[in-house]
Amino acid sequence: MEHIVIIGNGISGVTAARHIRKLSDKRITIISAETEYFFSRTALMYVYMGHMKIEHTQPYENWFWRKNRIELKKGFVKQVKDASKELVFASGETMKYDKLIIATGSKPNKFGWPGQDLDGVMGMYHKQDLENLEKYAPNNKVCKRAVIVGGGLIGIELAEMLQSRDIPVTFLVRETSFWNGVLPAGESAMINEHIKEHHIDLRLGVNLQEIKADEHGKVKSIIIKETGEEIECTVVGLTAGVSPNIDFLKDSNIELGRGVKVNRRLETNVKDIYAIGDCAEQHEAIGNRRPIEAVWYTGRMMGETLAQTICGNPRDYNPGHWFNSAKFLDIEYQTYGWVFGERGRPAYEQHFHWKHPDKHICITVAFHKETKEFLGINTFGIRMRHHAFDKWLNEKRSVEYVLEHLADANFDPEFYKLHEKTIVAQFNQENNTNIQLKKKSWKRIFSY
Amino acid sequence: MKFIRIAGLYIFIASVVVFSATVFMGTYTLSEASIKGSFGGKDVRVTETFAAVAKENGVLDKTYNSQFTFMNDVVGLFHKHNKRVSEAVAEETGISTSETDKIIVAASKSGKVAYTKEVLQSVLPEAKVKMLDGATNWMYSPGKTYDSVDAFKNDLTNKINEINRSQAGNYLLYDNKYSRFDITERAATGIISDNKVLFLFLTFGLGIIGSLMFIIAGLFLKPIPGIKNNGIYLNNATNRGWVGIAAFGFLVAFYVLLYFHPYIIANWTNIVDPLKGFFIEGASASQWFLYGILYCVSMIVMGIRMFIKYRHNQYQVVRTASVLFFQIIFAFLLVEILPLFDLPGVDLKNAWPLDYNFLTDWNVKNYLAAGHLGKFMFFWGIILSIIIVPTLVYFYGKRWYCSWVCGCGGLAETLGDPYRQLSDKRLIAWRIERWTIYPTLIFAIIMTVVVGYNTYNIINDPANIGNSTFLGINAYKINEWYGFLIGSIFAGVIGTGFYPILGNRSWCRFGCPLAAYMGIVQRFKSRFRITTNGGQCISCGNCSTYCEQGIDVRSYAQKGQNIVRSSCVGCGICSAVCPRGVLKLENGPDDGATRHEIPEVILGNDVNLFEMLEENK
Ligand SMILES: Cc1cc2nc3c(=O)[nH]c(=O)nc-3n(C[C@H](O)[C@H](O)[C@H](O)COP(=O)(O)OP(=O)(O)OC[C@H]3O[C@@H](n4cnc5c(N)ncnc54)[C@H](O)[C@@H]3O)c2cc1C
Ligand code: SF4
Ligand code: SF4
Repeated sequence: MEHIVIIGNGISGVTAARHIRKLSDKRITIISAETEYFFSRTALMYVYMGHMKIEHTQPYENWFWRKNRIELKKGFVKQVKDASKELVFASGETMKYDKLIIATGSKPNKFGWPGQDLDGVMGMYHKQDLENLEKYAPNNKVCKRAVIVGGGLIGIELAEMLQSRDIPVTFLVRETSFWNGVLPAGESAMINEHIKEHHIDLRLGVNLQEIKADEHGKVKSIIIKETGEEIECTVVGLTAGVSPNIDFLKDSNIELGRGVKVNRRLETNVKDIYAIGDCAEQHEAIGNRRPIEAVWYTGRMMGETLAQTICGNPRDYNPGHWFNSAKFLDIEYQTYGWVFGERGRPAYEQHFHWKHPDKHICITVAFHKETKEFLGINTFGIRMRHHAFDKWLNEKRSVEYVLEHLADANFDPEFYKLHEKTIVAQFNQENNTNIQLKKKSWKRIFSY
Repeated sequence: MKFIRIAGLYIFIASVVVFSATVFMGTYTLSEASIKGSFGGKDVRVTETFAAVAKENGVLDKTYNSQFTFMNDVVGLFHKHNKRVSEAVAEETGISTSETDKIIVAASKSGKVAYTKEVLQSVLPEAKVKMLDGATNWMYSPGKTYDSVDAFKNDLTNKINEINRSQAGNYLLYDNKYSRFDITERAATGIISDNKVLFLFLTFGLGIIGSLMFIIAGLFLKPIPGIKNNGIYLNNATNRGWVGIAAFGFLVAFYVLLYFHPYIIANWTNIVDPLKGFFIEGASASQWFLYGILYCVSMIVMGIRMFIKYRHNQYQVVRTASVLFFQIIFAFLLVEILPLFDLPGVDLKNAWPLDYNFLTDWNVKNYLAAGHLGKFMFFWGIILSIIIVPTLVYFYGKRWYCSWVCGCGGLAETLGDPYRQLSDKRLIAWRIERWTIYPTLIFAIIMTVVVGYNTYNIINDPANIGNSTFLGINAYKINEWYGFLIGSIFAGVIGTGFYPILGNRSWCRFGCPLAAYMGIVQRFKSRFRITTNGGQCISCGNCSTYCEQGIDVRSYAQKGQNIVRSSCVGCGICSAVCPRGVLKLENGPDDGATRHEIPEVILGNDVNLFEMLEENK
């Protein structure tokens, strides 16, 4: 029986395994050095915050794996001998494979800062990071202040985590406004405000110079490059992005760039070796996507697709319309299609921005200047229906059409105040249009 | 603010300590007045005899320091009272011991038995002859002969005892939880009875003030609205830690005392007497009034907590307001007020089979005795259960009842909210659930059929009383067992007592027959579903963790499948806690597929999209 070995028990590896099992009877082994069972990385924060225990982050009960004949192996793969189709573990053990799927995810970026390996400096990616955080920042008596370096999605999650235990946080962000590489200005400004409202000491447009140690080799303070200011702290969180976790492949024949290079079939240059998830790098970016997509959904989609290929229905990785979501402290964010920030925005992309006068609710709709084609939407504090936007993007609907049917897309819980009317009114006013909002229609919703 | 919060906590703890301590405080003295109070509804003969017996045994006006020693002596009095009353009644209208002896002497001639009506006539007055002859003429019927006087004596005394007992029936006192409670409650004297209002303040008053200080200070400490489940699994009170275990012990003890030994907590009912006084002047509160007050107070205080905690979520705010409204107006105030207008004091929203006594003879008689309005109320009960309940479930899901109206649900959603995460999410729990809830429904149906048949018989022809067996089952017995096992142990002791261990809805999930009934409708014929938002789920598990019904919501959401489950009570918390906006409770057209479909590919990964678009060109 063909033996499929998957390195990495994250969403991409596990999805691949599940779908291979659905489609075939092959022998499947999943290897991980991190945990015995698959857990949801996106939920790590909630464990520290006390919303959940680690078992709650496991999407499948422990009996699931045996029942589905998916073998689990805990161990760190230190080498892939692709010529002999063999893996070597750190313990010295070996394992043969017929097909190998590399799904090893990411690791936090470290940019060679002085002091980046001191005790009390940590990323926030693996379960071990969580244990580290629990050790160095169990409460605000042990951890007087934490400094977070890097203003991305994980950075703000880490800030929220520490804040849940009343630990003072200083948040160093290189950009001049939070996540403005991705978010349009108005939204980014709203998040800045919200971060500060939570008494997080947000420092915009600054970089880390160095991390200083005390006499025991533990973090004592950090120095800000731009101002030279020294900030005393017990913990430093490094959240300046992630990069593929592929060091162990360096002496194999597998072609590496920043990640494991793959084609649209998710195949590497070596036969029978594939890569999916955070660690995979497309030779050429797909549409507006980046060559390395380090998000949950794409890992899952690659797993779904690769399972087809491995089980004899070769398929290209063909993600549909871009979507994503996140939560900035108390503000939920969803996006469908493409809405660009200041950086990298195509010249044809025009924005319509609406913001609630006093609540943290806003949306930005992107559309084509000339053709008025709807390109994408960012929503903050309003939930929207994925199916609706996916269909509208498929059908290349105009921005007018989308606004006219906006009520169909609302996904907020019942009794929420609806804002579509004011949104459409503002659009009409700014664009001299006369769009009439249609009432929500179940018939249309089911057709999405 | 921190200080206020901590102070509030201490004040609350103090109120619980005082409340618990009151059980052991005060004294108990049986007096003529207290006896009159306890047995006010009964014949004066009862109170007089009981007082006399108490006096002879040195119990009257004796002061006891504990309800237990008090009850020890009172139980002895019951026995003596009954003996005394029976003898006296036998003397007057029954057959006394001396009369019995005379009959036996007159009926036995040189070791042979010659029993006839004439024998009776020779020793008894006319009225008694008639009565006894009617019951014993079979003893001299042709073919009946007695070999020995003893055998005759045996039959005769048995019959006479029977007659005497039924004659004395109205004057007997039975030793059960009700009589024990009635006596103890009135006999309570000393510090608590003398200072009811003060103790009302020290217990309920301080409890409310303390908990509100704690809750409202939290609003100022965390002023920005949003889901704040911080520390729930780090807190001893909510992660089955020692505080949770203590709360569990307290709740279970409370329910056991309330249901089975209410006399022990007579002081608590005395504390709420001043409140009962608002409805009927000078009336004394029963344990059910106490329970009602505690229920309402807990729901209001913890409802305020809900309003604050979910102030950003309109669904939660409206829903909480609704359960509070139905609890306070329907389950409490109306139940107190209706009897003032000679109407049955029933909870008009309590639908069968949750209301398992609906068809009992006494309940139906209550309705029918109350004129047109009473009949209408009875009719309403039927319509509610067989038409309104399933119709509304069809349109809105069972949530309209479970999370918007129901009292059990209301308590679970307010007092129980801090424990919702403790429900068991494992597949095995789901299996067990199906093996407990549906049998309970079947039990409820069988019980109701038997009881209903009996009621029908009795109301049709009162002579049928006594023949209360149907399908080989005794109506009163099965009703009693149901009440004990399901009504008290399951719904009360386990359902609420186990909040800190099993989560806040274990009754609703594993036991409630009404939930089972509505669940079947919801699963197969309803417009309600929880829609999953395409591919947005990140499998974080917040939804499953906080589902009080132990539904593994995530397992549906991560497949892009709608949640259509019979057990979902539509509390909306899964949707509230989801950090990615994946879940929406909706009522939409039910055309099968749109509700139940499992998508082949989760939205976002259009494996076939490009081919499809190619083809369409
Ligand atoms: C805190 C946090 C929050 C996030 N939130 C979101 C979000 O909200 N939305 C979103 O879309 N994405 C989010 N992400 C990103 C998302 O979690 C990742 O994109 C996704 O988990 C990647 O999955 P994967 O299967 O590719 O790899 P991983 O989940 O990283 O799994 C790889 C596994 O392989 C193991 N491994 C690596 N090398 C070896 C080796 N040599 N031998 C053995 N085992 C090895 C690793 O230990 C790891 O267990 C978040 C990430 C983090 C850290
Ligand atoms: S599935 Fe959601 S709405 Fe239904 S009971 Fe569970 S948490 Fe409540
Ligand atoms: S809470 Fe939301 S994102 Fe998390 S598992 Fe549930 S549905 Fe998915």
